Amino acid sequence: MTAKLVLSLNGAVLREYPLNRERTTIGRRPENDIHIDNLAVSGQHALVITILNDSFLEDLGSTNGTYVNGRLVKKHALQHGDTIAIGKHELRYINEQASTHDSDFDKTMIIRPGMVTQPAVAARHGGAAAALAERPTSTIHPQPAAAQRTVAAVPAEAPAPAAPPPAPQSDVQLPLARVQVLNGPAVGKELELRKALTTLGKPGVQVAVITRRVHGYFITQVEGPGPLVNGQAIGAQAHPLLENDVIELAGVKMEFSFID
Amino acid sequence: MAGVTDVGRRRDHNEDTIVTDAGLGLAVLADGMGGYKGGEVASALAANVLVEEVRRKLRWQEVAAVDEQTGYTRASLLIRDAISRANDSIYRTAHEQPHCQGMGTTLVSLLFYDNRLSVGHVGDSRLYRVRGGEIEQLTVDHSLIQELVDRGFYTPEQARRHVQKNLVTRAVGVDPTVTADLQEEPVLPGDIYLACSDGLSDLVEDGDIHLTLTQYGANLSEAAQRLVELANARGGTDNVSVILIRALRPFPAHHRSPWRMKVLHWFT
Repeated sequence: MTAKLVLSLNGAVLREYPLNRERTTIGRRPENDIHIDNLAVSGQHALVITILNDSFLEDLGSTNGTYVNGRLVKKHALQHGDTIAIGKHELRYINEQASTHDSDFDKTMIIRPGMVTQPAVAARHGGAAAALAERPTSTIHPQPAAAQRTVAAVPAEAPAPAAPPPAPQSDVQLPLARVQVLNGPAVGKELELRKALTTLGKPGVQVAVITRRVHGYFITQVEGPGPLVNGQAIGAQAHPLLENDVIELAGVKMEFSFID
Repeated sequence: MAGVTDVGRRRDHNEDTIVTDAGLGLAVLADGMGGYKGGEVASALAANVLVEEVRRKLRWQEVAAVDEQTGYTRASLLIRDAISRANDSIYRTAHEQPHCQGMGTTLVSLLFYDNRLSVGHVGDSRLYRVRGGEIEQLTVDHSLIQELVDRGFYTPEQARRHVQKNLVTRAVGVDPTVTADLQEEPVLPGDIYLACSDGLSDLVEDGDIHLTLTQYGANLSEAAQRLVELANARGGTDNVSVILIRALRPFPAHHRSPWRMKVLHWFT
């Protein structure tokens, strides 16, 4: 059974909305899936992302906020029975079929990648695969007890001002970064980190590498004492580099930064 | 190098494939899925294509040379192209063979050369590294739960407990093309690399993996076996595969020495 949101005002039920698409928008503007015509509600107030049996609520930077069970939330994984309050309106989340913990036999499934702008959940169940694979619409398929791996799409990040940056995808290149020397004879010199692995330092004295990974740039000690990042030793593991971090290696200080 | 793959306790067949080739400095772990027996076909195809491509195209003289355009070494690009080739092969087979419909596979592939490691990664199989008494996950899962963590709906801790773990957002062979995550890492003597399928990482926490490697690390075969036993003891709900690799000593790409001959001795 499809999960749904039940809209009510002052205890009186107004309408039910089945969560049968990947993105269900809530707001004052008429184009919203759940249209609440009240000034306390922002034009684009919130978004519910539904993936298989689970739904996720995200406030889209609304003026008056989104509350779940009395608590102000930006992002929230909905649980059966949750009450979402938007202005004076309430939306109750009903999901009788929420994923249970008794899912040991569920095999891994594939969620169809890539189609960020074209929501398409397609499930491949058991051997009977292809029929559901290329649906253009965003129908949610119930997850059978012993599902094989499935292919589906993860919806796009909402284009809201308060939305965080989209989830990292390796086909979206990490922004280029650089290090700039802050002291010594080479002061001002810049090195763009164009390579997947950039070696810094003096061989035989102190060497570190900066590696480019999906989630960012990481510095790792390779030879000699570990480099300092913002004056702190980094230890044996790769250490994530953040904007304006200062790396100190063999007496040379360098600042890490992203290029735009 | 040591590798173990096991059907687990709840499945009737093993859809994982592992291949290690110390001569090439190559290790591949694939966790297949979908279709009637399609999973094992997909993972085997992926592993075979990877090994074949690397064997055929690896040029030791230039493997560490960096491509200007992408910033990756030849080795990394070789891995990327081989994964692409594997994708074609699986995708085509899936459309030609009815019993393979909908099949795909995860993939972690490691290529060691010149004190360096190139990693190609698709799906929720993982690569860990133990160095300096700490364990670090080097790959980031292509899974729904990871996406939800990235987007702030869950903390990693909540994600561990979450039920819908088994949704993979990227796999080899399900679409006409696939994008592999490529990564290059410096390799230091003493490093232990662990590639595993989700049959291990879903059931055994990082800390316990690390503890097992600390206890049994002197003998990688035994350590791999212990990890599989640990997963099985905790339910063995999926096929479990583990590859363990230890770098024994530096393996720089000296110009004249045929380091290919030596690579065999660099790993256990």
